[in-house]
Amino acid sequence: MANRSRRRFLAAAVAGAVAMHSRMSEAQLTVQSLESVIAKVTGGAAVREGRVMLELPRLADNGHAVPLKITVESAMTEREFVRSIHILSERNPRPVIAAFHLNPHSGRAEVSTRVRLNGSQTVLVLAGMSDGTWWSGSAQVEVTETACLDAT
Amino acid sequence: MAVARIQIPASVKRGEVMTVRLAVQHPMETGFRYDNMGRPINKNVINTLVCRYHGIEVFRAELGSGIAANPYLQFHLRADTTGELVFDWIDDAGERGSERVQVNVVA
Repeated sequence: MANRSRRRFLAAAVAGAVAMHSRMSEAQLTVQSLESVIAKVTGGAAVREGRVMLELPRLADNGHAVPLKITVESAMTEREFVRSIHILSERNPRPVIAAFHLNPHSGRAEVSTRVRLNGSQTVLVLAGMSDGTWWSGSAQVEVTETACLDAT
Repeated sequence: MAVARIQIPASVKRGEVMTVRLAVQHPMETGFRYDNMGRPINKNVINTLVCRYHGIEVFRAELGSGIAANPYLQFHLRADTTGELVFDWIDDAGERGSERVQVNVVA
């Protein structure tokens, strides 16, 4: 008798774990293609990889506030400077996290902030230069506790 | 009322690039959360923050719900004249905030 209820309990526990896991992976799978978002930001201009350095922790314990630092290679003079910096996420419900507008007055194209991340993903940063070219940089981050748990 | 803290060097040399750090107290509600009655909480984030240095716009941030609560920003400015650094921001509820700090340029 005791053996049977133990078996039933185990079966229920396993079923519950499987159900929970499949729901989790469903939420995790919603990686969106950023192509349309990138086109919207750049206005269709070609984006080249490079010149943008994105510093993110490899492992973020808490997706509610992940420190992030962006550095763009630029002299930041009147003739050549970074016009804008855009942070895009492939997993957040709203892919555009933030946009920063700089000018020669900035002196250095470097911005830091803290972002929310909905799960492990690659974060993409686009930088628009004064000469009209666009450059990108990305970094991968493992998020153990995601933000927006209520949303999923 | 939103409260902000700004940190800049006490004094900078002319032409030097200084680091500006800013933290604003704001919940940055995503619009995806529910209160304990099960009603959705409206999205309310600081959507625009502008920094002006002696009247000229030097930095502008457009923020979304992907920015953590109590947004923290760090950026850089080239100091040229002694003057005021004025920060203005507005959230989705239309509430405005402002904070200013004096830049001391020496020689």
